[in-house]
Amino acid sequence: MSFEYAPAPESRAVVDLKSSYGLFVDGEFVDGNGHAFKSVSPATEEVLAEISEATEDDVDKAVAAARRAYTRTWSTMPGAERAKYLYRIARIIQERSRELAVLESLDNGKPIRESRDVDIPLVAAYFFYYAGWADKLEYAMPGSAPRGSVPLPLGVAGQVIPWNFPLLMLSWKIAPALAAGNTVVLKPAETTSLTALLFAEICQQADLPPGVVNIVTGAGETGRALVGHPDVDKVAFTGSTEVGKAIGRTVAGTRKSVTLELGGKAANIVFDDAPIDQAVEGIVNGIFFNQGHVCCAGSRLLVQESVYDDVLARLKRRMASLRVGDPLDKNTDVGAINSSEQLSRIRDLSQVGEAEGAERWSPPCELPDRGFWFAPTIFTGVTQAHRIAREEIFGPVLSILTFRTPAEAVEKANNTPYGLSAGVWTDKGSRILWMASQLRAGVVWANTFNRFDPTSPFGGYKESGYGREGGRHGLEAYLAK
Amino acid sequence: MATPVLTSTDALRDAVSTPAALRRFLHGLPGVDQVGCEARVATLSSRSIKTTSKQWALDLAISMIDLTTLEGQDTLGKVRALCAKGRRPDPADPTCPPVAAICVYPDMVVTAKEGLDGSGVQVASVATAFPSGRATLDIKLQDTRAAVADGADEIDMVIDRGAFLSGSYQQVFDEIVAVKQACGRPGGDSAHLKVIMETGELATYDNVRRASWLSMLAGADFIKTSTGKVQPAATMPVTLIMLEAVRDFREATGRMVGVKPAGGISTAKDAIKYLVMVNETAGDDWLDPHWFRFGASRLLNDLLMQRTKMTTGRYSGPDYFTLD
Repeated sequence: MSFEYAPAPESRAVVDLKSSYGLFVDGEFVDGNGHAFKSVSPATEEVLAEISEATEDDVDKAVAAARRAYTRTWSTMPGAERAKYLYRIARIIQERSRELAVLESLDNGKPIRESRDVDIPLVAAYFFYYAGWADKLEYAMPGSAPRGSVPLPLGVAGQVIPWNFPLLMLSWKIAPALAAGNTVVLKPAETTSLTALLFAEICQQADLPPGVVNIVTGAGETGRALVGHPDVDKVAFTGSTEVGKAIGRTVAGTRKSVTLELGGKAANIVFDDAPIDQAVEGIVNGIFFNQGHVCCAGSRLLVQESVYDDVLARLKRRMASLRVGDPLDKNTDVGAINSSEQLSRIRDLSQVGEAEGAERWSPPCELPDRGFWFAPTIFTGVTQAHRIAREEIFGPVLSILTFRTPAEAVEKANNTPYGLSAGVWTDKGSRILWMASQLRAGVVWANTFNRFDPTSPFGGYKESGYGREGGRHGLEAYLAK
Repeated sequence: MATPVLTSTDALRDAVSTPAALRRFLHGLPGVDQVGCEARVATLSSRSIKTTSKQWALDLAISMIDLTTLEGQDTLGKVRALCAKGRRPDPADPTCPPVAAICVYPDMVVTAKEGLDGSGVQVASVATAFPSGRATLDIKLQDTRAAVADGADEIDMVIDRGAFLSGSYQQVFDEIVAVKQACGRPGGDSAHLKVIMETGELATYDNVRRASWLSMLAGADFIKTSTGKVQPAATMPVTLIMLEAVRDFREATGRMVGVKPAGGISTAKDAIKYLVMVNETAGDDWLDPHWFRFGASRLLNDLLMQRTKMTTGRYSGPDYFTLD
């Protein structure tokens, strides 16, 4: 007998999609002066809405609004008052969580299970967490300001976020910035602007003073205008290492402070004494969560040779039970690739993997005809010299390597220009601690992977960026030293 | 060093060769990470089973029930009533499947056998000084033989948890082997043996995995979580570990072993979650009353109520469903 799960689609009715969206500047929705662009559902290629592109002029207005709000209201408001707004926003996010989750899945292609159970609850959690800090800033960086005085905000923050966790990345940027007393101009990614614009509506609903949060939509040009704007005091970016480097060059020599959270090629390291069934879950969660569109994805699996066959067999069996398809179906595990550009990149690099001699495997799975899809894929026989072991693929593609000793695992894990995250699977506590001290990665997960929490700092070594987001450390990036 | 579970039949033969080898084998099984195991259960529990699949799952769950009465106050009348209920759970709807078995104390086997005659519903009897198992081996074996002689199709034995927790794995193993022998009938066939591990007393997930392998190596036809007399009884994480164990055991030996969570599963919603877990862990070969059972008394009526709701579109009150 086989257990077929009947379609269990989450209703779209909860989302009120407009045909076109403008920018959010100074508390109001306004039309941008650039060309309108389309936001499509990656699962069906259906056009969801047209969105205004912000020109340099629009960005200028948004920064001016943020400056006014900073000077006149937000930076002088007592922290406890700012906290009330943040708590209110957090509560509205919880109240409207279903709407936000459905819209996120529609626009981004991620499964509703993830947007409902991971993204949106975390978004609310980040706002709640930083709301709590707003009136306690003197304890955020002990010793940095004279006793009894409150550390000062930086001013206007220009923030550019990626398309993989649209609303979650917004919360990582906006919540600490606002708690510390800064105002923000945020640019969402051009393929996933819709939840940021719904967030703007939530700001209105929460009676947030105009200009404290401004959203400018658009692609690279808009981002450049924002990052390069002379009246921006602080630049925060999450995205590719390539763009991060360009931003680094733009702001070099200016007074702007910068945090960059860039790419990764994380090693997920499985020792022979690992809790094997949970390790296999962790491998799957590490690379197939959010279609592998995760900067800290465990895209390089390092397995101790003595358990390689066993782990591989279990991994393949587990992958065969992954359900790929309609992101709005509540039983979907792996959704759609966010854009055709990203899909081409994943395809290209996978072909390179085959051409370089690695063995490619995917479970049998039917992909929809329309939309952007890529089956969960693993490569075996991969070595450090393969491009698929070195370059960030940012898709559901896992490169599997082996090691013999802990020292070799560390050496291979660190042999990358990136250093965002790593995972260690072993029953031995002392080995976890030793590995964590050796790995050059901002986050080291032990017997788990891709777990996030507002109290925990997150950020990279080497070309994965600098600065930390989350936790007390995340506030430092928005306070004057 | 962990022993790979996808191991050979030879390795398993070695594992039971001496007490020390058995201990090494059980302690070499991969550990279970509690947080990860419970997280997996939470994800599986979020599956949404609707419409046709829900209908199918409800009927399957009914057909997997070991409808149970294990009380000091059990009477012949009570057991007869339960048999009638098990044969025809919903008198108003002949399409409703019967349950898998009626589970009773050994002295009720004869009555249950009569009550179920010709129905295909099995009689399961607990034995071996259920629920504590604190009796001498010869009494446990006699308990088993009596139930089998009275016609029990299935025997639900309890392991000696005290021996297990003190590390006397060989003693637990030998006892299961002996009870398995006592399940034999004169014709050469044998009553099905379910081994109750009482996971609530084993306390750790690592112990649940070890006890599962120990029971399977000793010849269990089914591994069962609980007596229902100890809290916690069946939980999803414990059942997940057992499902992984039977899956791995078949990989290693080719032999299939059944799984029976018992106690504490009282709603249709929970039962469907278990079926999802069976489906995505052991696979659909186990989605069959021969290989998966629910030990329950209250669960049946909730399944019936949901079933009626699916066919009529309306919820009816508890008075429309028989007590036993």
